[in-house]
Amino acid sequence: MITPGLYHILFISTALFFIGMYGFFARKNLITMLMSIELILNSVNLNFIAFNKYLWPGRLDGVFFTIFIIAIAAAEAAVAIAIIINLYRSHKSIDVEQTEEMKY
Amino acid sequence: MSNALQIALIPLLPLAAFVILGLFGKKYVNRSAGIIATFLLASSAALAFYTAYQYFFEYGKVEGVYQKVTAFKYTWLQFSDQLSIDIGALIDPITAMMLVVVTFISLLVHIYSLAYLKGEKRFATYYAFLGLFTFSMLGLVLSSNIFQMYIFWELVGVSSFLLIGFYYDKPSAVAACKKAFIVTRFADLGFLIGILVLSFYAGTLDFNTLIERLTSLQSAEFKMATAASFMGISALTWGLVLVFIGGAGKSAMFPLHIWLPDAMEGPTPVSALIHAATMVVAGVFLVARLFPVFQISPIAMDVVAYTGIISALIAAVIACTQTDIKRVLAYSTMSQIGFMMFALGVSKTGGEAGLGFTASMFHLFTHAMFKALLFLGAGAVIHYVHSNEMKDMGGLRKYLPITHITFLIACLAISGIPPFAGFFSKEEILLAAYHHYPVIFYTALITSGLTAFYMFRLYFSIFWNKQTQVHSEHSAPHDSEKHGEGGLAMMLPLIVLAMASCLAGFIHFGNFVTADGKPLTTALHLLFSVAPVVLALAGIGIATWLFLRQNDSPVKYSNKLGNLYKAAHQKFYIDELYGFITQKIIFNLVGRPAAWFDKNIVDGLVNETGNGTTTLAEKIKAFQSGKVQQYAIYFLGGVMGLTVLFIYLWK
Repeated sequence: MITPGLYHILFISTALFFIGMYGFFARKNLITMLMSIELILNSVNLNFIAFNKYLWPGRLDGVFFTIFIIAIAAAEAAVAIAIIINLYRSHKSIDVEQTEEMKY
Repeated sequence: MSNALQIALIPLLPLAAFVILGLFGKKYVNRSAGIIATFLLASSAALAFYTAYQYFFEYGKVEGVYQKVTAFKYTWLQFSDQLSIDIGALIDPITAMMLVVVTFISLLVHIYSLAYLKGEKRFATYYAFLGLFTFSMLGLVLSSNIFQMYIFWELVGVSSFLLIGFYYDKPSAVAACKKAFIVTRFADLGFLIGILVLSFYAGTLDFNTLIERLTSLQSAEFKMATAASFMGISALTWGLVLVFIGGAGKSAMFPLHIWLPDAMEGPTPVSALIHAATMVVAGVFLVARLFPVFQISPIAMDVVAYTGIISALIAAVIACTQTDIKRVLAYSTMSQIGFMMFALGVSKTGGEAGLGFTASMFHLFTHAMFKALLFLGAGAVIHYVHSNEMKDMGGLRKYLPITHITFLIACLAISGIPPFAGFFSKEEILLAAYHHYPVIFYTALITSGLTAFYMFRLYFSIFWNKQTQVHSEHSAPHDSEKHGEGGLAMMLPLIVLAMASCLAGFIHFGNFVTADGKPLTTALHLLFSVAPVVLALAGIGIATWLFLRQNDSPVKYSNKLGNLYKAAHQKFYIDELYGFITQKIIFNLVGRPAAWFDKNIVDGLVNETGNGTTTLAEKIKAFQSGKVQQYAIYFLGGVMGLTVLFIYLWK
């Protein structure tokens, strides 16, 4: 059995990042886009954990950072969902293509 | 010196009147403005008389020679050890005399205006302007520094501008004040350059030092100023001629005289004060102040002399044909100032040869008296008739008896009939020109004959000739009585000035004002005075014959003169010439191209910058589309770009 190394984890993290990126660019539903952002954040979290474990095993900085990011991501999700609910109330839609008023 | 305060107060009191009335006059003391200003000016006049008395009789004379006394001097701007602009007071005979003239005439004009401008809406403003003018004029004559003089010179110009344009709702007054300001300002450019030239070579701006350095033949400054030359004429001469151009502009000398007749649009007392007695002699004063330096350069002296005589003659000829009484007086002023100028021009320093200088100052003094009287008399007439035109007047001697008598005295004085003031001063001027300048002498002789003619033409047209219909038709007798001569406030100045015109001639001016400060005994040559007096009498005789009764001979004779009359009536087309030069030549060759350049190149640049920005913005505004995902892509692109930059280029 192969023990997963740093590269494996980085591969997963990169894959997650680009999946999230694709979701953010391609999906029109705001909730889906929010979920994509969560994916991106989680890929970052994975990176932090992996580097912490393989490069500086004696320290905990990366882990703490991850915990912070999770907390902030939760707050961000709450705010984003509040915005989306308000948007839905005014526009009867959460399609990102319908919300183009804020332009020149 | 103990009397520094006293001298400083002479100009400062009118300034106080200007500040008080200018700031608060219109709102709080509009009615009593005249009284306040008159009171302040009376104090100033009393101080001036006292100062002049002290100077002439107490401390001015040291061993028989009048000294130049610097009463106080305060350094205002220090440029270097040598060069500074001071504010000070320099008292010498001509300053003392001018102090008396300016405050005296100004006081009388203040009193006269109490009645003349009664009920005027901007009464306080008027007195404020009068105060400003008197302050500037006194500052000008007291100047110890040529630059200080220039400052006050401009102040005088601006207060003259304000007063000419006093009736600013009248387009002709607006045009006249603009014209006066622009013409004199143009001449002042010459003055400024002249100051710079003179002070550059003398290395100082102080009058005393400047005169001392430029007149002592051994000094380095003198040698440099005469050695340097431009177009074959020495720098000193250039400087003096340029300074004289400034003086000629202010004194309405040919060909810069065109503003003076138009300046008559101002209130009549103003014409009496500014455009007859004080400001217009500033040019004469300037030449007199720098007289020792002018003396060095014969060319400059000739320029002064011939400008003077040409102006005197031309103005006298034009004055014979004008119908607006104030314009006649304006041209006569110009003619008389021409007399003063050429008297300076023919003069030398010292002894008998310095007669011209004394005569010029003497004439300045007497002329101030009788010309102010003429203007104030004309003011009384205009006040009564409500017109400036001769054709609206005639037979007024019954309605305006005091004005009539005083006006007659002034006319006799200006014509040079003994024993009135003008006779003595004019006699001295002619005598000064007699020996070395025959051309000037004979021209001046003719001019003084013409003077008598046009003054009596004016006099007869106003007070004799036909019967006027102005008041007999429209108003009841008691109304015209009430209207009358304008009460004591208007009559008092006339009477005082009439007495001055009778008596001023008997002052022995040579004892007080001479070119070198030493007393000069002027003998009256009885035989010499025969010719001028006879000519003047002839002039009066012709005027009597033509204008005493209403008849058609003036028209007949003017028709006979044909083109000459027409040309003189049109003021020799000098206004038209100026109009042609400015409007056709300068406007077309300089003005229009400059305007084109400004409109198309300068404005074009600014406009193009604006338009370019707008066009560019129009093109790139699509970037801000409102699509969140597009922004994210730009952001990603930016991040990737930066990444590439950091990894590959930022080594």
